[in-house]
Amino acid sequence: MYGSVRVLMKVLWAQLLCGWVLGSELTFELPDNAKQCFYEDIIMGTKCTLEFQVVTGGHYDVDCRLEDPEGTTLYKEMKKQYDSFTFTAAKNGTYKFCFSNEFSTFTHKTVYFDFQVGDDPPLFPNENRVTALTQMESACVSIHEALKSVIDYQTHFRLREAQGRSRAEDLNTRVAFWSIGEAIILLVVSISQVVLLRSFFSDKKTTTTRVGS
Amino acid sequence: MMLSVSAALLLTLAWVHQAQTLYFHIGETEKKCFIEEIPDETMVIGKYRTQLWDKQSGSFLPSTPGLGMHVEIKDPDTKIILSRQYGSDGRFTFTSHTPGEHQICLHSNSTKMALFAGGKLRVHLDIQVGEHTNNYPEIAAKDKLTELQLRVRQLLDQVEQIQKEQNYQRYREERFRMTSESTNQRVLWWSIAQTLILIVTGIWQMKHLKSFFEAKKLV
Repeated sequence: MYGSVRVLMKVLWAQLLCGWVLGSELTFELPDNAKQCFYEDIIMGTKCTLEFQVVTGGHYDVDCRLEDPEGTTLYKEMKKQYDSFTFTAAKNGTYKFCFSNEFSTFTHKTVYFDFQVGDDPPLFPNENRVTALTQMESACVSIHEALKSVIDYQTHFRLREAQGRSRAEDLNTRVAFWSIGEAIILLVVSISQVVLLRSFFSDKKTTTTRVGS
Repeated sequence: MMLSVSAALLLTLAWVHQAQTLYFHIGETEKKCFIEEIPDETMVIGKYRTQLWDKQSGSFLPSTPGLGMHVEIKDPDTKIILSRQYGSDGRFTFTSHTPGEHQICLHSNSTKMALFAGGKLRVHLDIQVGEHTNNYPEIAAKDKLTELQLRVRQLLDQVEQIQKEQNYQRYREERFRMTSESTNQRVLWWSIAQTLILIVTGIWQMKHLKSFFEAKKLV
């Protein structure tokens, strides 16, 4: 009976720890004159990192502000393109961070942020962990950390590439529309110039008789 | 004794787990969209939990029946791949078949409009992509792996994700290069075309006006 209860407990631990969210990474669109806030409940003493990057829109800048549960501003930057801020939670409670595009009149911005709270959950929920890690295991841990930073760099590279690519695609469509537009304007202007010039030299007498009848 | 201590710890962690998610506020008819740029054959799992503002108690209720969220997911070609109504707590999952920007949109679809008298809905959201969707303790239990084998499996999954991302990067760079080449071609041809139009209309103008003035016996 106790054996099956133990198995059930192990499974429940597994379910709990796998569902434990300790890092949120989101990309969202911030319309002009808008402000978007996110909140998270953090326990005192946890080391947290907030990283954000503007992907598309205008001059690729956004205002960011991070506040602790009592409203004290821990981090405030205006018109920043990319930044990373690490802090240790001094108080228990709800921390709030906001992105603001209120200085912009018509450009929508796409913002990416990554909010890491604490460390990753242990891989193997082993309640009897008393021995130190073996050499192989600590090598695995360091490779895991290195690969995590590789994935992080890849993400930032992907965002910068997305920035460049969206600019290039905008340029491509703009060149097409402007060229067609200019060709049409050119034709219209040259034909109307000729018509206008002709109208200066046309006979006034013939025009009035035509209008009269 | 150990069992009861374990059970107590489990319950405490369950309570903490409830509290430890990122959340934001959403208005009544507001639609919130999130973008996920992912390579193909990548699994995405999203979990959300909603809480309604209760004016009487001045706080957010733990859960409200009858409150629903509509989840809509679009692939890079703006084709809808998932459009479903979930309850106040929901879990959605999809696997990408085309690489690119997928859009995940959420909006509340409450039948009882009176509930929104307070105007605020708190949404806890968690979106996990790629290798973060793997449940390692479950994999260890299923395949009976030792700790070292599990760690190596995790490293293999991470490396696979890096490879997929790099493959996707190659595809994106190709698209970028094609766009730049196309812009280059367009600038070249349109400049030539516009110069030709300019010259042709100039010549036509002169010829037309000359014949016009000759007919008017002014030249």
